[in-house]
Amino acid sequence: MPAGPDAALVRLESLSRDFRVGEETVHALDDVTLAVERGEYVAVMGPSGSGKSTLLNIVGLLDRPTRGRYLLDGEDTTTLSDTRQAAVRSRKIGFVFQAFHLIPRLTARENIELPLMLAGIEPGERRPRVEETLESFGLADRARHRPDQLSGGQRQRVAIARATITRPEVVLADEPTGNLDSVSGAEVIATLERLNADGMTLVVVTHDADIGKRARRLLRFHDGRLAADEAQQR
Amino acid sequence: MSGPRGLAFEDAVRYAGRSIGSARGRTALMTLAMAIGVAAVIALTALGQGARNYVLGEFLSLGGNILTVFPGRNETTGGRPPTTGATPRPLTLDDALALTRSGLVRRVAPIVVGQAPVSFGNRSRDVTVLGSTAAFKVIRHIDMQRGRFLPGGDPYAAPAVAVLGTNVARELFGTTAPVGQLLRIGDRRFRIIGVMASKGQSLGVDMDDVAVVPVAAAQALFNTESLFRVIVEAQARESIPSAKRTVEAIIAARHEGENDVTVISLDALLDTFDRILSILTLGVAGIAAISLAVAGLLIMNVMLVSVSQRTREIGLLKALGATPRAIARLFLAEATLLSCLGAAAGVAVAWAGITVFNALVPGFPVAAPPWAIVAGAGIAVATGLAFGVLPARRAARLDAVAALAGR
Repeated sequence: MPAGPDAALVRLESLSRDFRVGEETVHALDDVTLAVERGEYVAVMGPSGSGKSTLLNIVGLLDRPTRGRYLLDGEDTTTLSDTRQAAVRSRKIGFVFQAFHLIPRLTARENIELPLMLAGIEPGERRPRVEETLESFGLADRARHRPDQLSGGQRQRVAIARATITRPEVVLADEPTGNLDSVSGAEVIATLERLNADGMTLVVVTHDADIGKRARRLLRFHDGRLAADEAQQR
Repeated sequence: MSGPRGLAFEDAVRYAGRSIGSARGRTALMTLAMAIGVAAVIALTALGQGARNYVLGEFLSLGGNILTVFPGRNETTGGRPPTTGATPRPLTLDDALALTRSGLVRRVAPIVVGQAPVSFGNRSRDVTVLGSTAAFKVIRHIDMQRGRFLPGGDPYAAPAVAVLGTNVARELFGTTAPVGQLLRIGDRRFRIIGVMASKGQSLGVDMDDVAVVPVAAAQALFNTESLFRVIVEAQARESIPSAKRTVEAIIAARHEGENDVTVISLDALLDTFDRILSILTLGVAGIAAISLAVAGLLIMNVMLVSVSQRTREIGLLKALGATPRAIARLFLAEATLLSCLGAAAGVAVAWAGITVFNALVPGFPVAAPPWAIVAGAGIAVATGLAFGVLPARRAARLDAVAALAGR
């Protein structure tokens, strides 16, 4: 579905997500309305349990809202089947996790190739794209290493390479520096920001105020509600 | 639909291959279980087929054109009330010789059987004594080790000559040459004119353990007029059915129209044995197939454990855009690959086992029929697929968020 020129990439309309915990209902997201434009750099902050991760999961189509609508690239995703959602996720969304989530038995190259394989792209077409990606992430000499032979920073770079090899519309990073020392963390943030500079929309969930400050827009969540939405100077 | 074509088959297989390659212990265990099942099916089928071939070969070596005539009728015809004193009319030497008048009958060997003490010098033992004629040698393909078989000529004559099986000759005579010696069978004296070559078990009678005398001599010895049976060699295998009818007609004519003998052709026996042995083979293979089902259950169990151990990986694959179908395909490919490995190992083990068996037991050739190999391996792979479905579906249905969190 082609989007209009002024349509937001991500649009949440009165979106709520409830969880039942025993007898109680927990409002992980409570009536959230917000739009993220193409090419934005957004940081999401808030205390534990404020709904940041739930937001990321819903935007990434891993979870469904209880109420409200979520339009991705102008398309209402809430009514899509699991299989259609997977297809949209494959084309438009890249995930970066705190724990990297690399598959330990596969090499860096194979981990990066995974999304292309799942999308059913021919091996002949995959190979040059993987080589190019390895090159641009400075991982060419690590291509045949397995995750346990890589440093934390290298692992996260492999994970980012994997998230972006399909050229998604938006990269969703959940505490991408949470498991890294400050040097590697800074490297990873620089890598993500370079991608954003090239036009990729970037949403980073973080606890780290320093990282939060770097984004041009900061969303603060509290008890499942959007408490503040601030534009920032870099 | 112009959407993505999704996970390709070769990629699923390659991914599954990496997975089973990284879990060596698990792979070895499951391969072993499958291999045992497949090997059992193939080896037992081969054994069954070997037994069948052995028995059929044994029968055919006696000639396919043989009819056996028993006194008495062992089948109920109905209609007629049982006559009092229903002992069958004896089958006599006259009856047997009458059969040779048919153009369909080539030769006839009347047979009388009994146990009698046989002694030479101070050695004595109980021996099965077989009374017959010269035709017996031809019909039963008997070779002579020394001397000659019973002389031809008048079957009613009872020359006091005997032919011994190798065991009997050895046990009674030891190193003494038996031919030409006189020995005692029952209360009569017989001159030994030959020793048969060792033949072993043949139709339930060990020809090495018998003494053969002229049929009339055996009748006198056992004081009987009745024959144990008559072996009839027809002109050709094709004429067996008509020969059978002729034999029945001749005997009936001689027994006042009463059809009171049973005529069995080897063909009929052969068919029966063939059926019985084929069913036995299938039964045994079926029991072995149960072990395949057990192996299938093991595969399912191990795959379920694998799914729960790899929830994070499944969550990740979902986050990377894998459809539920793609996830199911990955795990199904893994189960199938494992069972293929098991099937291949099983075929190899069965082949090795059969080769060793044939080397150790040369007289009993065993070979796996191709259909058994195909069926054994095919059932194994199908089992892997069938039992892989449940774990694969469980993996496909995992909630992505919970799976990523390792819950």
